[in-house]
Formats: sequence, C-alpha cells, structure tokens
Amino acid sequence: MKYAYYPGCAAKGATPELHQSTMKVVERLGIEIVELEAFNCCGAGVIGEADPDLAYLLNARTLATAEVLQLDIMTVCGTCQGVLGGANKALQKDEALRMRINLELKKSTGLTYNGGVKVKHLQWILVKDFGLDALKALVTHPLTDVSIAPFYGCYILRPASSAGFDDWENPVSLEKIIKALGAFPVEYEGRTKCCGFPVLLEKEALAIDMVEDRVSDAKAHGGDAMVTPCPLCHMGLDFNQERAEKKHQEKAGASSKLEMPILHLPQLVGLAMGFSSEELGMKRHLVNPAPLIQKIDAS
Amino acid sequence: MRVKLTIQRFNPEADLKAHPRDYTVEAGRETTVLLALLKIKAEEDGSLTFRSSCRASICGSCNMQINGVQKLACNTSVFGELDRHGKIVIGPMANMPVIKDMVVDMAPFWKKIRQVTPYVVSHHQNAPIPTAALKTIQDDLHNADACIMCGACVSACNSLEVSPEFIGPAALAKAYRFQVDPRDEIGTKRLQSLQDDHGIWDCVRCVYCVQVCPKDVAPMEQIVRLRRQSIESGFTESIGARHITQFVKVVGDEGRLNESRLPFLMLVTNLRKLIRMVPLAMKMFFRGKAPMPFGSPPPGHEVVRAIFKGRRK
Repeated sequence: MKYAYYPGCAAKGATPELHQSTMKVVERLGIEIVELEAFNCCGAGVIGEADPDLAYLLNARTLATAEVLQLDIMTVCGTCQGVLGGANKALQKDEALRMRINLELKKSTGLTYNGGVKVKHLQWILVKDFGLDALKALVTHPLTDVSIAPFYGCYILRPASSAGFDDWENPVSLEKIIKALGAFPVEYEGRTKCCGFPVLLEKEALAIDMVEDRVSDAKAHGGDAMVTPCPLCHMGLDFNQERAEKKHQEKAGASSKLEMPILHLPQLVGLAMGFSSEELGMKRHLVNPAPLIQKIDAS
Repeated sequence: MRVKLTIQRFNPEADLKAHPRDYTVEAGRETTVLLALLKIKAEEDGSLTFRSSCRASICGSCNMQINGVQKLACNTSVFGELDRHGKIVIGPMANMPVIKDMVVDMAPFWKKIRQVTPYVVSHHQNAPIPTAALKTIQDDLHNADACIMCGACVSACNSLEVSPEFIGPAALAKAYRFQVDPRDEIGTKRLQSLQDDHGIWDCVRCVYCVQVCPKDVAPMEQIVRLRRQSIESGFTESIGARHITQFVKVVGDEGRLNESRLPFLMLVTNLRKLIRMVPLAMKMFFRGKAPMPFGSPPPGHEVVRAIFKGRRK
C-alpha cells in the first residue's frame, strides 16, 4: 500500500501535530508514503470563489505530480479532500475542462494531467484500503470506556457528487473507526454540520455560536472528546472553544464548562496504538487533553 | 407491508411543545412519504396537518424533514428511506416557526425573497429587447431559475441556524437569477445591498443547500457567483471580500496558505478586529502553531508563481 502524501497547508502550518501524528500512525500501519514536499494549496474553495480555473490549475498540478509518480493521493484534511478530490472528479469527467486546464498548465509548469489518480482521505483508506480488521489487529491500547463524538465537518461529505465515500445523510466511517479502536461513538445531531471556521474573521459571533452549538451538543450526549478528519474543523473547535465557553455559560450557567478536547483522526488512532499524547503532538492543543488521557490510562 | 412512521406533532392550542407520535401504515414499493401521510390523515387521524398540492415535485409545498433531511414528501420513497436509514422520522422544516405539525410559517422566507428585488427592473420602457443576449442567458443562469420556493435550502442552512437575520440561500439564488438578466438595470444597487450585515458574506459554505435542493439550484454556488461579481464590481472592502482577495494574494506569493499572514492582511483595515485576535495569536505562537508570517516561502512556490503569472496573462 503506497500513496503520494498531500499534507495540505494546515498540517504544515497551524496544526503541525496533524502531520506529526500522521507520520507515527502510517509508519505503524505499514503504509508507504511519498510526501509531496513541494505541494501547493488546494485553494480551500476560496481561490475557486475568485477564479475557478485558477483553483483547477493548482489542483491539476498536484494531481499531475502524483500521476508522474504513478501513485494515488492520500489526504489528511477534509477540506483538501473535498476540494482536491472534487477538482479531480471534475477533471476526470469533463474532457473539455481537462484540455483547457492542461493547455495552461503545460505552458506554466510543463505538466499535464490525464485523469489517472484517485484522491483518498486517510479516513477512507483506514476503512476500505487498509481495512478495519487489520486496524483492530494493531490496537494495543483499546480505548475502552471512552466516548468519542465523531465530527465529520462539511467537505468530506458534501457535495456527495464529489465526496461520495459515506452516505452524506448517514455517514458511518468515523463511527466504524472509533469502534475498531475500542471506544464508544457518540450519537449527536451536529456531527455533519459546519464548525464555523470559514467565517471566523469576518463573522466572529456567528462562528463562535456554531462552535458552542457543536461542542455543547457533543458534550450533552456524553462525549469525552471529539475527533475530526479536518484540521480546519480542529482549529474551529479548539482555538475558539474558550470564547464559545463564555457564550455557553451565558446560556447554561457559570459553572457549565465545555472543556472538550478536539482530536485529529490520526491522534485518536495513535492513542489506541500506544503512542503517548506527547508523541502525537497533543501538547499543542489549546484545549487541554489531559482529562481524556487520564481516562484512557485508567481504563 | 406495515410500516411505522414517527411523526412530530404540535398543536399550538393544546401542546406546550412538540412531541413524536407513531403511526403504522400499509406501504408498498410505490408509496411515497406524502401518500403515507395522506393515508394516515384519511384513515387514522384527521388532525394531522401538512401542506401538499401537486404530488409531482413542482409546487414545492410538501417539503419537510424526513430522517433529519429536507425532502419533498411527494418525491421520497418510504422503502427508500427504510433502506437508507432503517426508520422513518418526520418533522417540519427547521429555521422557520412551526404553525402546526408540518406546517411552518413561510412569512420570513417570502420577506427575504422580496428584499432582493426579485424581478427585472428597467428604467427604459421602450428599450429594445436584447434578443441575442436572452438566447444565451440559460448558460449564465446556472439553473438558478429552477427554484420552486420549497424552502429546503433555508431549512438546512447552517448559518441561518445561528444567524436568523441572514438573508439566506433561497433569496440569494433568486438575486443571482436577476443579476445575470440582460434586461435588468439595477445590478450594482442589488449587489450593494447584499454587502450589508447578513448578506452574502454570512454564508459559511457548508454545502447543505446544494445537497438538499430538489431542483439542483445549488444556491451556494450562486452565492459564490454573487461574491465574485461583487469583487469584480469593486465591493472589495468587506472582510469577507478581503478573505478571498488576500487568500489569493498569499497563495500566489508563497504557494500555500500562511495562517499568520492571511488574518493580518484581512484585518489590517479593521484595527479593532485585528487587536481582538492578538490573544489567540499569542497562544498559537507559544504552542508552535503560528507559522512565520514573512519568512522564506516553502518549496514549490516558484511553480505556483508561474501558474499565477500564466493566469494573469
């Protein structure tokens, strides 16, 4: 099993612990990766708002680079998966688009993309390519007695026409992984909704309200922690939780706390494989994960 | 086969809050949720209240939440839902006040539609009809004219859930429909009004509206087109617009997004907001989560600069 690893901007920027924990986990899984070290941003849907063809060009370059290596791409970011994966499906399906983009891509980079690459998130690779039974066999420290709230976010599910791994109305892959690691998956309504991160700077109050909704929902349903396949959701829910807690206390009373650790998917997998929270970079989180780690150690 | 439907009931004259009630009904492969509801109303409980009319996905009156997702009851198969979810739970649309059972108050919905001047405005009564332009309008509309006003997108909107004043996906898709009409003459004015608080920049791009629309109107994609139109028309000062322009600038320079540089460039015109971000920025810095804002760019940036340069040509 070998992939071209596309880290995305967040794993190499504001969430370096995502890259760190991914490295630990894929090595233990025995998945071979070739890191795309000179990768570019997928555009995160924002560049596409300004100029759709520019976003296609950036993603076609990534895809063409993997095609030269004859490898499928592994992503670790839900947003990258949605945008890069969506661009891939459009370029594969629409020949006129591919020709138009290739013409420009070849001029500026010498590359062309022929549509021969698949883009897969680590979450999908774990469930399908690697398999849950094989994953279970590597669990040395099952997360018994721990309740984990899966948080999918938007782009790994929607639009279903380009995401398409899970049924967007009723996704199950995170729940399957959580169970394979020995933990209990929490059922709650907010698991497929927006984390608020995309509008944090322009619409702060709106974003903070969303964080409060998601985290208090997961908490009310018994979650000890939330796990997400998207570092942007991680940033949304982790960075803003302190401000969301103030909002929460206005509603639920001053003694009501959120204190919800937000884990990247490979961090949760890594904990069940016996890696320490330091090895998985959890000290970088703004919400202290110590109570969760103590609960795991006690079980 | 007998099938169980769990239906959310609410009668404002008798109930303090909504409550679920189970019904069983005979259903076959051809039974839609609407047919099942009509059967319950006719045979078991005449008080069950819902809107419906055409039974053919045209009138848009029977939208409701079926297993938590906004769907036209007339276009949703009972067996299909059982296959997909293993249950059938029905409730009214969200983000709108409930009048009774599945009937919601659409008054706020219509008010917001009216707010975008949803018709062609021309100050030249005898202007020649731009026949040639009207022939190609279909390409520019991107299906925005297919809306049946069912309310699915508004009910599913994640932004409206926390920001009820947001004008919402249906009204914005409608606005776009008239922005590209060659007969319309108030495009700039309409765009201007959408820059206000709770206009186009309230959309979080959660893609729910695209997913639930029964007519593939893709409201979010129309909102994105309105944003692009806004920037091209010179409405570049809002933080939302700066999010796009400065994002493109940073990636065009460095090849990647620099999470320290972008917020600075976005908020440099709004010092109060910039200062508010300082405590978070400090916390990120001390945990090694703030990339250097003006260091040497990462590998690959030369290729990305070449792509941007080619695009500018």
